[in-house]
Amino acid sequence: MSKLYTFLKYFFITFWTVFVVAPFLWAVSTSFKDFQSVNSKVTYIPWLDFEPTLEGWRVLIKSPAKGGVDIVEPYFNSIFVTCTASLISIVLGTLAAYALSRFTFKAGFVRNNDITFFFISQRIMPPIVLSIPFFIFLSTIGLLDSLLGLVVVYIVLLMPIAVWIMVDFFNRVPKELDETALIDGCNPYQAFYKVVLPNSIPGLIVAGMFCIIFGWIDFFFAFILTFTEVQLLPVKVVALNSSITPWWSLSASALVSVAPLIIVAFIVERYLSKGNLSGALK
Amino acid sequence: MNFKHKFVFLFPGLFVLIGILIFPIIFTIRLSLSGWNSYTPEMNFIGITNYIRLFTDDPRFWESFFRLSFLSVTTVILQYIIGFALAMMVWREIKFKRFFRVIFLVPMMTTPVIMTVIWRTFFHESLGPVNDLLGGLGVKPILWLSDPVIAKFTVIIVEVWQWTPFMFLLLLAGLLSLPKEPFLAAAIDGASPFRKFVYVTFPLMAPISIGAIIIRLIEASKIMDTVFVLTSGGPGTATETSSFYIYIKGLREFQMGYAATLSFTYLVIMIISLTIIAKVLTKLMIKE
Repeated sequence: MSKLYTFLKYFFITFWTVFVVAPFLWAVSTSFKDFQSVNSKVTYIPWLDFEPTLEGWRVLIKSPAKGGVDIVEPYFNSIFVTCTASLISIVLGTLAAYALSRFTFKAGFVRNNDITFFFISQRIMPPIVLSIPFFIFLSTIGLLDSLLGLVVVYIVLLMPIAVWIMVDFFNRVPKELDETALIDGCNPYQAFYKVVLPNSIPGLIVAGMFCIIFGWIDFFFAFILTFTEVQLLPVKVVALNSSITPWWSLSASALVSVAPLIIVAFIVERYLSKGNLSGALK
Repeated sequence: MNFKHKFVFLFPGLFVLIGILIFPIIFTIRLSLSGWNSYTPEMNFIGITNYIRLFTDDPRFWESFFRLSFLSVTTVILQYIIGFALAMMVWREIKFKRFFRVIFLVPMMTTPVIMTVIWRTFFHESLGPVNDLLGGLGVKPILWLSDPVIAKFTVIIVEVWQWTPFMFLLLLAGLLSLPKEPFLAAAIDGASPFRKFVYVTFPLMAPISIGAIIIRLIEASKIMDTVFVLTSGGPGTATETSSFYIYIKGLREFQMGYAATLSFTYLVIMIISLTIIAKVLTKLMIKE
């Protein structure tokens, strides 16, 4: 019985690992191919099945005028938009989360939980519902096709996540902590800034990582709200996916774009193993 | 504590969010009562004509909605089962525990559209590795993207790959935070692993499970990127979800007024059905 269970367990783990890794391996292999080795028959292993070339990787840094793809600028645009929007969302979200966790609010039938729910419920909003009014809104104020416009939109996407994680986290930070600080003569802002915040670093890191993940992986808003002036990475990569797709540069650019966040997987795992995440996520 | 401080903490975030959202929502409602399209791009007032059209003369929207429900519920159930299984397996000591945990987390860190582009080449019907390897086993080429039924499952496979890690993360974080005492008690009673799971682990995990399932349902109800790149709603309308249909109406055919009607109706249905699902799940899982 237990031998069978162990066997099944390792079988399943191996199967899932292969499933997770397969598209990456395929992309790595494809990125070194040329037209011949993509289109003649299906090939897998460099040197054995096909002669590898670096063409797919070279076009990434060439300018479009020379037949390249140039993903450098979209790369920096993506980093800028994601980081700015995450930072603003974390700051505003953390303050709001602290208020919701420590003070009681009453306005008519609205209580703390309702306000928290209002924040979090913004995730229910399907992007398509917002995209049309945002399109018109941003073109009216002249922010269509600009980085600033995207940052504004991304705040809506990311602040709910920050509030969701931080409210739960602050609920776990003992109230006595702020109370002691207040007795010691801090005002509420000092208590928050000098005592509560330093004790909330794990929560802030988790919230920050989630904001960065969900900002970095967004495609739809970037696709609808930008055209030529500003391009974000996912839009640029998907634009390569035309009828005659150069699979090699497509794979290379895809790998380059997903690489930075894979580091985040390691950080998340560290926090998970240390047990810090369980408080922040429940 | 002083009354004013709490507002200083809450209001910046609250008002920024409301400030950004209030215009789009009011605008959508107003737009849904207009006949804005590419011939008459203006905010005229045509009453509830659009709503009548939606409820009497647009089966395509309702089909897309049922398709979306099918796709999101199926993917979330699969993600829950697989995610829970994976979390159980790397919860306790196992060789290379941390390695597997990282591997299981990786897909959610990758951009869905970009990975979908890779999946498209992966499932390519003549040049992709899947059909090639299956062909090696003597299986006829499968029409992953051009068969109306199979295309749905291809979307499900990609969605499961992409988002099971999120479920896995939430459930593993939950498992790691469980108290130790009930497990000790079960061990002293000599409960079998199966009974331990049914009577101890699962009930303790119920609240976390509900949270995770609802979070994932919310996200899954927005399936759009995958469909957009993988099948473009095709073949025909076989994988067209509500979002994608609204996108076609609004930003391809420029029937802005009607698209706003669709958007608003869709949003209301989404909020109502997710609330009901949350209530039902809570009842089902907590009682037992």
